[in-house]
Amino acid sequence: MKSFTYERPSTPAEAAAAVGRTPEAKFIAGGTNLLDLMKLQIETPRHLVDVNGLGLDTVEPTDDGGLRIGALVRNTDLAAHPRVRKDYGVLARALLAGASGQLRNKATTAGNLLQRTRCPYFYDTAQACNKRQPGSGCSALDGVSRQLAVIGGSDACIATHPGDMAVAMRVLDATVETVDGVGAARTIPIAEFHRLPGDDPARDTNLQPGELITAVTLPKPVAGTHIYRKVRDRASYAYALVSVAAILSKDGSGHVAFGGVAHKPWRVEAAEADLPKGAKAVTQQVFADAKPTHENAYKLTLAERTLGAALNQARV
Amino acid sequence: MVGAIAPAAAARTDEPVLVKVTFTVNGQRRDLELDTRTSLLDATREHLHLTGSKKGCDHGQCGACTMIVDGRRINACLTLAIMHQGAEITTIEGLGGPDNLHPMQAAFVKHDGYQCGYCTPGQICSGVAVLEEIKAGIPSHVTANLEATPQITEAEIRERMSGNICRCGAYSNIVEAMTEVAGARA
Amino acid sequence: MKFDTAAGPNPIDRLKVVGKPTDRIDGKFKTTGTAPYAYERHDVAPDAAYGYVLGSSIAKGRVRSIDTALARQAPGVIGVVTTLDTPRIERGVMNVAYLFGGDVIQHYHQAIAVVVAETFEQARAASFLVKVDYAPEDGKFDLATEAKTAEPVPADSGEGSGGNGEERIGDFEGAFAQAPVTLDATYRTADESHAMMEPHATVAAWAGDRVTLWTSNQMIGWGHGSLAKMLDLPKEKVRLDAPYVGGGFGGKLFVRADAVLAALAAKATGRPVKVALTRPLIANNTTHRPATIQRVRIGATQDGTITAIAHESTSGNLPDGGPETAVNQTKYLYAGQNRLTAMKLARLDLPEGNAMRAPGEAPGLAVLEVAMDEMAEKLGLDPVAFRIRNDTQVVPTEPDLRFSHRDLVGCLKLGAEKFGWAKRNPKPGQVRDGQWLVGLGMAAAFRDNMVMKSGARVRLGGDGTVTVETDMTDIGTGSYTIIAQTAAEMMGVPLEKVVVRLGDSDFPVSSGSGGQFGANSSTAGVYAACVKLRESIAQKLGFNATDAVFEDGEVRAGNRAIPLAQAASDGELVAEDSIEFGKFSKTQQVSTFGAHFVEVGVDVDTAEVRVRRMLAVCAAGRILNPKSARSQVIGGMVMGTGAALMEELAVDTKRGFFANHDLAGYEVPVHADIPHQEVIFLDETDPMSSPMKAKGVGELGISGIAAAVANAVYNATGIRVREYPITLDKLIDRMPDAA
Repeated sequence: MKSFTYERPSTPAEAAAAVGRTPEAKFIAGGTNLLDLMKLQIETPRHLVDVNGLGLDTVEPTDDGGLRIGALVRNTDLAAHPRVRKDYGVLARALLAGASGQLRNKATTAGNLLQRTRCPYFYDTAQACNKRQPGSGCSALDGVSRQLAVIGGSDACIATHPGDMAVAMRVLDATVETVDGVGAARTIPIAEFHRLPGDDPARDTNLQPGELITAVTLPKPVAGTHIYRKVRDRASYAYALVSVAAILSKDGSGHVAFGGVAHKPWRVEAAEADLPKGAKAVTQQVFADAKPTHENAYKLTLAERTLGAALNQARV
Repeated sequence: MVGAIAPAAAARTDEPVLVKVTFTVNGQRRDLELDTRTSLLDATREHLHLTGSKKGCDHGQCGACTMIVDGRRINACLTLAIMHQGAEITTIEGLGGPDNLHPMQAAFVKHDGYQCGYCTPGQICSGVAVLEEIKAGIPSHVTANLEATPQITEAEIRERMSGNICRCGAYSNIVEAMTEVAGARA
Repeated sequence: MKFDTAAGPNPIDRLKVVGKPTDRIDGKFKTTGTAPYAYERHDVAPDAAYGYVLGSSIAKGRVRSIDTALARQAPGVIGVVTTLDTPRIERGVMNVAYLFGGDVIQHYHQAIAVVVAETFEQARAASFLVKVDYAPEDGKFDLATEAKTAEPVPADSGEGSGGNGEERIGDFEGAFAQAPVTLDATYRTADESHAMMEPHATVAAWAGDRVTLWTSNQMIGWGHGSLAKMLDLPKEKVRLDAPYVGGGFGGKLFVRADAVLAALAAKATGRPVKVALTRPLIANNTTHRPATIQRVRIGATQDGTITAIAHESTSGNLPDGGPETAVNQTKYLYAGQNRLTAMKLARLDLPEGNAMRAPGEAPGLAVLEVAMDEMAEKLGLDPVAFRIRNDTQVVPTEPDLRFSHRDLVGCLKLGAEKFGWAKRNPKPGQVRDGQWLVGLGMAAAFRDNMVMKSGARVRLGGDGTVTVETDMTDIGTGSYTIIAQTAAEMMGVPLEKVVVRLGDSDFPVSSGSGGQFGANSSTAGVYAACVKLRESIAQKLGFNATDAVFEDGEVRAGNRAIPLAQAASDGELVAEDSIEFGKFSKTQQVSTFGAHFVEVGVDVDTAEVRVRRMLAVCAAGRILNPKSARSQVIGGMVMGTGAALMEELAVDTKRGFFANHDLAGYEVPVHADIPHQEVIFLDETDPMSSPMKAKGVGELGISGIAAAVANAVYNATGIRVREYPITLDKLIDRMPDAA
């Protein structure tokens, strides 16, 4: 970990300005992923702007019946929030399926969106990784890839987004609110927030340098059974092999996004019309362009069966 | 703005940046001047010589460093000490000592809820906090009905304790220890 | 004391303290964070500097140069020791790979430098400034490929139940060809990591030409001799101290890079230095349980009598490394006139393979006991009945060698009854509970009972306190407590009057902790020392030692009763002795036995496997402390469940390393994976094992459990997976259509 200076501003605009004006600066909130990566010098900020003094830690109803979640609301608090539990069960379930109690107590809504891949080659600085060191290559392509992406990858990167929360937000059509260093606010639909790796896998999201997430907004609740089914080798405290975030009616109609399969939460809205026909009809479309490795081809079967399980659950 | 410093510029050399921080550990006010890079875990283990909290992985993957900070359990390895200005921190030493064991510590002894002992302080801190979390109505992955109040069951304990790895495999005994403490409080 | 005759009645048989489920005497320290582990010794080395270890980023080749200029200039840096500055350090006991020194890289993350600085943060930052130039070489990294040209292993090649490379009895091939019912199947087990919670760690401090290492090590005697050799010092000038060890499982049997680098760095900088291996370094820098490819062939008559059994195993290792002795238990477990066991060893350039909890038996039984399950099904026999039918009271390969005490059948029968085995549907894939396909599985457990010479010193103080000193370690095994119980029983004092001091190389050399020999051997050593102390007390108080009864804090004979403390009223009495096991211990086969029963649920949609119930029944001689012994068994069951369902060091066969080298990537069981566990110990003693009449249990619990889980998965799904771990990707394509 390189030495760094530190400040703790008290308004979002100040924070964004601080990162904007300071070279090699980063925001730190929960720190549960950033510090992990700094210890390995995968992240090397020379200035940290601690955003924990900004407030941004409340969950408020919006005028159109939705919810506005402050960027610094902890995962534990968001999952425990009565409105989230009542109206956005898929989100509560996704949060509770992630990490551990200790990490959820620290991890924030914004930070969770920004967590970086768990690809073993990203984490090992002796190995080639275009995400960590652009142009160095991708050891995962012919390496250990059981956990990695089956769709949306590129010749430069087959990393997966490791999170659960973002998959639920994707199916909920959430919107990310930000402010930049000159105080300009903008909103980014969750679908456009995370990127595919393409030939620039170093960039996980479409945030601009110095742009600070201030909130995530959920539209008004969608009726149906809210399901987040996370599939993993061990029963807890493990990253998803595949996850399904779904909001489904008894007839199967609804919405679905997949986690653990791509560089971003994976959703193909056009396929959702076929949900009443069953899982296969949907996954055939959703994963039509899949390019799995020999180690992770199982994820395609698993995604179909897991969606099938969700459809069964909704029918009950 | 609490306990912050606002430097003129980012660190351009490798010289450590020292920052003063004050927090309360086990009821005692502690004033430290720390390298900004110091984790809360290393601040307590290396600077305060409170070595009860353990470093098992230093990456949030094992739970051996679990402390209770402002009423919540966290991985002390994955947070900077300087981010805890004014915090109330409880480590295993603050729960009880060899001659005045906390009920959870005593239950771990009675049920043999440990073997090598290295994950034990983290398990116990987590265990104390988990019972509070359930009491506070915070749901978990295994809570069947999200809108109902979670109950203290073995399944709830196992899920919530899963961030504390015990390679010796004392899980079954730890659950019994926690169940006993929970029952005694109920 | 020589153990050269079967143990007769002795004071331990009173069982006033021994055999009781006593709470651990170190419990109040462990639960309050006051038990000191190696890296925490501010008390002995308050000015220690911090060493941060760098690992090689190639798997094989040479280090051309190491540029430390920037690192040395970095703030706080006191010194840098590199492998190129250091002649190759000799290897210690059981080391296969060289730990440090010279330019040869044998494996990934081999230690190549340690950066020492005033603070941990400075040492870590400076380590990234070290620039290394390598000359990489091609290596052999894929066991499946190298297995084709693996060499047969010479006789006596490893730890475990003895290690003959190939052993034949009768005519296996002929009998197998004629057998009406046969099985021929090949299985794989994975590379596994010990993943003990305390990283390998050492504080080293020099005083003149003497060095002390506060370290984390299972075998102080080995470590002491090894470090003297490695540092080129006489043993008197080296001291090791390890009062608490945060888990080992075989990974700390021997000296590792942390100790060597702490000692070298402390010498180079003139400061005490503390070094802990970082978690991402451990999997590749240290040792692991090697993967195996195993073939089992069983032939039997229609009634289920085994007539031919063969077990062959291939594993890999670095040059000079041994095989995983996975075939050994097959020589002992089941009867059969015609037998073959054989091992092959492939040369690999992966990190060093070495002992991990129940080496041999853990992966060996994981396979043999699945093969037995497959065979039982072919025969139409219940798996429990099939095993009982082929029980033996003599070693099948040496019919003149009897088991001293073998109640495998008792374990199987009691376990079946307690677990409700009779309710198992022998037809797989039939039982459904909601989303779960439910299955039951069982397996036999076997682990040899090794014994090791073990010494102790016992002191009687003027206040009647009995102090035991031995270099024995407590790695979670309960050594502190069972040693205290032994001394209390022998000296006739309550447990509270006993003080136990462990892990210091200044104390008499013990068995150390490994191979499940520690509990029996080390308490027998304490027994021997106590016998001597009783003699000198009796003499001092004017008793005939053979008549004197030590009880209730008194020494009694005839009408006389004198307080024990009086013997030390004018000065402490000290006695030292060791227990030595000679040829006598080989006149019968002393082994431990058990039976595992497991219920699993397999998610009908996702094929996730979750364990629902577990029971082990163990026959392991006298149980010295049923509470801590039970913990040893359930701990083994947890680790074996990990091996069955999730643990695998993922080999990058192109680059030659274990890619998932941290605790997020290498998954071990968590709380949510493990249900309530039941353990039953059969009430027995084995006078052939030691004066304690006890045997080991620390590794029995892991032996066989993986197969019981695997057999339960088969019973649940009808899918036989012959490659561990049984992760859902190996099941998903064959799962029934979800209803």
